[in-house]
Amino acid sequence: MSKKVAFLQGNEAASYGALYAGCNFFAGYPITPSTEVAEVMSVELPKIGGKFIQMEDEIAASAAMMGAALAGFKTFDSTSGPGLSLKQELIGMACISEIPCVIFNVMRGGPSTGMPTGPSQSDVMCAKWGTHGDHPAICLVPSTVQETFEEVVRAFNLSEKYRTPVLVMPDEIVAHMRERVVFPEPGEIPIEPRRTPTVPPEQYKPYDTSFGDVPPLAAYGSGYKFHVTSLNKGQDGFPTTKAEWVQAEEERQVRKVEANADDIIEFEEYQLDDAEVVVVAYGSTSRSGRYAVNEARKQGIKAGMFRLKTFWPFPDKQIKALAGKVKGFIVPEMNLGMCSIEVERNAQGKAPVLGINRVDGEPINPDQILAKMKEVI
Amino acid sequence: MAFDYEKYIRPGKLPHIWCPGCGHGIIMKGLIRALDSLKLDMTQTSIVSGIGCASRLPGYMDCCTLHTAHGRAAAFATGIKLAKPEMNVICVGGDGDGTAIGGNHFIHACRRNIDITYVIMNNYIYGMTGGQFSPTTPTGNKASTTPYGNPDPCFDVAKLAIGAGATFVARGTAFHANQIDKLIAEAIQHKGFSVVEILDDCPTTYGRRNKFKSVVEMMNRLKEVAVPVKAAEKMTAEQLQGKILTGVLYKDETKPEYTAEYDKVIERAQAKK
Repeated sequence: MSKKVAFLQGNEAASYGALYAGCNFFAGYPITPSTEVAEVMSVELPKIGGKFIQMEDEIAASAAMMGAALAGFKTFDSTSGPGLSLKQELIGMACISEIPCVIFNVMRGGPSTGMPTGPSQSDVMCAKWGTHGDHPAICLVPSTVQETFEEVVRAFNLSEKYRTPVLVMPDEIVAHMRERVVFPEPGEIPIEPRRTPTVPPEQYKPYDTSFGDVPPLAAYGSGYKFHVTSLNKGQDGFPTTKAEWVQAEEERQVRKVEANADDIIEFEEYQLDDAEVVVVAYGSTSRSGRYAVNEARKQGIKAGMFRLKTFWPFPDKQIKALAGKVKGFIVPEMNLGMCSIEVERNAQGKAPVLGINRVDGEPINPDQILAKMKEVI
Repeated sequence: MAFDYEKYIRPGKLPHIWCPGCGHGIIMKGLIRALDSLKLDMTQTSIVSGIGCASRLPGYMDCCTLHTAHGRAAAFATGIKLAKPEMNVICVGGDGDGTAIGGNHFIHACRRNIDITYVIMNNYIYGMTGGQFSPTTPTGNKASTTPYGNPDPCFDVAKLAIGAGATFVARGTAFHANQIDKLIAEAIQHKGFSVVEILDDCPTTYGRRNKFKSVVEMMNRLKEVAVPVKAAEKMTAEQLQGKILTGVLYKDETKPEYTAEYDKVIERAQAKK
């Protein structure tokens, strides 16, 4: 049987990816350039008995989503820059209360209202450092429409596996471009179910580490009575200021992601085997990067690309390994140098890191990357 | 036999954090009696709060409880209720939490008429942060941030709820303890968004700045200003000066409830499929 094929926009693919992953609750607030996600979900969710709600603002959307997640639903939300800023409050709560949920953030020009219809990649630091306090961060950065579908599925799986919010952040170009999407068959991509308690209700503790760094999560209304708070909590879920409990819980919350970085981090190595100059890119920028690498090779330049699919946790190990082998890194990105900071941190002075930075709403073109390569060689 | 509150309280979670003389405990007891009178299944009951003294209430209650971020209770509760309409969902919180930082969520929950009961414990002040004025602090009153008297006009929470579209609005006081359970029970039974404002006292951060010499004096004030709606019908405008109406202030059983309306959306979507 041939697979279903469609010509979709990145935002539409994200919605179908969410549905494939078992999403049954969406709460959102309209914002350019991500609104199509909400529109598709409003059409599709009620057909399968799922719930869609448009809330009064982005904070409320996150809140409704997290309430539904605690009631056992797989929840999704879409937004863009200014909405992501508002959501930081509850992204922090989803981290500390360990509520699985997926947030789709289309990167547009910023800060503030910025350039709502222009592409950008300037939210990647906000994805990790936006909410206050120490917390884990998982952020995926697809570069094609097909990958947007697949990465949203993976985001749902990671959010369930690690009981934490996951961000999927295409730039506006990926979100709005149309490409061929081949839908996987049901079951073709495994779906991570929520790990629910096996103990009887009277023994259940929502943060019981005897089950490992990712404790099972019961659902409200399933017979389990439990407490969830936005305060620092003990394993029983109740607020605590007891120093050793707070320390242990905060460390575990971060560890459950950082210690599993190898499971979470995905990337593509393109022409890296003999590469002397390496483009580190993500999202639509990596498409220009690939073109530039191909052109460079034609001109005899040993160029390659390390393409991030996971921005957070950052692929430290991989960049560190490359740093010892290459003459230089080129980091093209639609911001004033965010990924560059991470590459520099990992290059540890062993290789120069040259940024190509545009925040004018125009994509970075291959010529710019090619020209920068020649500066390195 | 004395009423057994303990079966609704989580073992080991008392004493509560509230100051001596605070009315929050009276309201919690009223809520417990209301839950008991309706014989609600606590595994199917969720109590949701934001941040503040009143918002600590869910932690003491043995059911599905959620202590969220400041002001967000109504929005979280909306998610739970829409996901699982069969659950009983109750919000609790203070005046600052509910009508300042949470004001937008509050009015939109009213507008949707989603079947949630919101108990606002109105003590006219931000107690947990040490007594700053809230949207319900009377004009002219003293708070730690209105040392020369509060220049702000204040909200009438019940009127706000009615104006925003809530379909059951009641008001009680911490003094009239025996009425609290009845008002909350009626609110929970109502199909739609119901608001129960309970006028409360904060002797620690509000009373002492506003010339209340004791908790008893604060409670006596609640007793004196409260006028049941029925009694008010027979009173003149002059007699009602400075009084606050209590009881069921508003009830509309005709406006559709949100989750029931969403079920119709599902039906329409599936009919089209």
